[in-house]
Amino acid sequence: MLFMLIRRVLLGGVTVCIVSLIIFSGVEMLPGDACTQFLGEYQADDEILAQCRKDLDLNRPAIDRFAEWTQGAVSGDLGLAADGKTKISTIVGDRLKNSLLLAFCAMSLGIPLALLLGVISGLWRDRLPDIIASTLAIFAMTIPEFVSATLLILVLSIWLGWLPGIVLTSAAAPASEFFPEILLPVIVLSFVMCAHIMRMVRSSVIDVMASDYIQMATLKGVPYWQMVFRHALPNALLPAINVVALTIAWLLGGVVVIEVVFNYPGLGRLMIDSISDRNLPVVQSIALIVASIYVCVNLAADLLTMIANPKLRTMYMRKQ
Amino acid sequence: MTLSSASYQQEKGRFVPVMKDILARPSGRIGLILVFLHILLALVSPSIAPYDFKLQNSALMLSPPSAEHWLGADHLGRDILSRTLMGGREALLVTGIATPLAVMWGGFIGILFGLVGGRVDEVLMRVVDAFLSLPWILKMLVLIVTFGTGIGVLIPTLTFFYGIPVIRVARAATHDIIARDFVWAAKARGHSRISIIWRELLPNVLDTLMVEGAMRWSWMLLAFSSLSFLGFGVSPPTPDWGLMISDARGFMSFAPWGVIAPVIGLSTLIIGINLSADALAKALGIDRAQKAPM
Repeated sequence: MLFMLIRRVLLGGVTVCIVSLIIFSGVEMLPGDACTQFLGEYQADDEILAQCRKDLDLNRPAIDRFAEWTQGAVSGDLGLAADGKTKISTIVGDRLKNSLLLAFCAMSLGIPLALLLGVISGLWRDRLPDIIASTLAIFAMTIPEFVSATLLILVLSIWLGWLPGIVLTSAAAPASEFFPEILLPVIVLSFVMCAHIMRMVRSSVIDVMASDYIQMATLKGVPYWQMVFRHALPNALLPAINVVALTIAWLLGGVVVIEVVFNYPGLGRLMIDSISDRNLPVVQSIALIVASIYVCVNLAADLLTMIANPKLRTMYMRKQ
Repeated sequence: MTLSSASYQQEKGRFVPVMKDILARPSGRIGLILVFLHILLALVSPSIAPYDFKLQNSALMLSPPSAEHWLGADHLGRDILSRTLMGGREALLVTGIATPLAVMWGGFIGILFGLVGGRVDEVLMRVVDAFLSLPWILKMLVLIVTFGTGIGVLIPTLTFFYGIPVIRVARAATHDIIARDFVWAAKARGHSRISIIWRELLPNVLDTLMVEGAMRWSWMLLAFSSLSFLGFGVSPPTPDWGLMISDARGFMSFAPWGVIAPVIGLSTLIIGINLSADALAKALGIDRAQKAPM
């Protein structure tokens, strides 16, 4: 068990190392460097380019710079942005805080709702509540986020005028100032994540309710609701941990489109803006942060599943 | 348990029963009809579109639906009906080429490394994990911004990045099949390695890859339209639903028809592909309920 845990954590660490290598070498392999991009608009001549490369320390071998970059990243210093002045950690810090706020709000609305709907539609399979919830889930999962976001702005903000349709608060503002502007993006995000988690919970509730031990409990005369809450749900909700983790990772790193639609100053929009401006040092840092979050959240989910599920725990033990 | 590969035995004329199975489900029927209609529309739309998609008419700017222009006109006075009819062509072309290519290269690598196994396989899986942990939009945008938009960049980019998750699926399917009884039986019968791979493994892995391909198609379409929406997909004046929604969004408060038409076009296509993929998975007996989201 302990060996298994250590192995998982080490594998996560290896993945993050490979990610940083991919990010760094990917950016190295792209044509041009920070100087040609930064000076490009001024038609830089060779002399200025050489001076700029010297200033930015680009003449050293890539391995040295990679070592320095990773060392800095580990200690929380992400280096300077492409303009050579701004510290990346200050730019990214505010945005990361805003992304966390958005993700937290979406999760606290979406996860309980998803679990509730999943259990309801799993218990009343193929009945009216299930049909309504499952159909809505298919729509939420398939329709692009920008489409559902646009439609919700049209209905809730333009036609009904209930909620503001766009975020105008600046990136550095405290969390409280994002209300009520944050509500519409939160609704869209929880709608999408709710659908994924709900489908998972639904199918796992159906599986568990059809299993032998539930039938045994029924035959023994255990009251229905006691059976559902005490015997079925603890097992049925276990597989949901992994989907929830994937959704959290997605919320923290991949909601670029939603942030653009609502003009929300989070990590996703910073990512798009820095890619458009070719501010590659910032892109590298964001990529590393997002990938690390992804690995950590998935690792946490795996460990949680292993600890919570006696069957898995003993399976790993038997394997060794 | 049968000792010979289930799908190999039915290989002759397997297409017809699978199609029948898909069409027997209401969701599969609706899905296939939607996909078929969209492909048909993409082929014939240039000849049935009532107006030139790039013809601008300042008198018609943001005009509401009328007898001449059924769905109104956009912010440059272009006919929305013509642009909506043609808005899926680029998306279908790009994803229609990139999806099979992605499934092919990802499937090949996945099966190969699934068979080889060992340390090489372990290292490859870590690289795949690393790629999957980066947000898709970041990987693609970096390439697109560097090498420019357009079909020549979009197809290879989508092919490359959407093939990577296929590696994982193909590898898992290979591991799963290799351990089955009918493979052992074939080994015991003295079949050669090549023959086992060709006659026992491939037909079974291909089922999984087909379902995977159908799902990848809808995700790729999602990615393509999101890229267009963000302004990194097709270049104007080519009509594309993602780009049309993005353009019309600013005028949504007084000209909502400009948003609604492309939304319907895009949604029906993606829902159609998803319903067909679900029905295909059920017809081939592959459980997709446990599948995690992208």
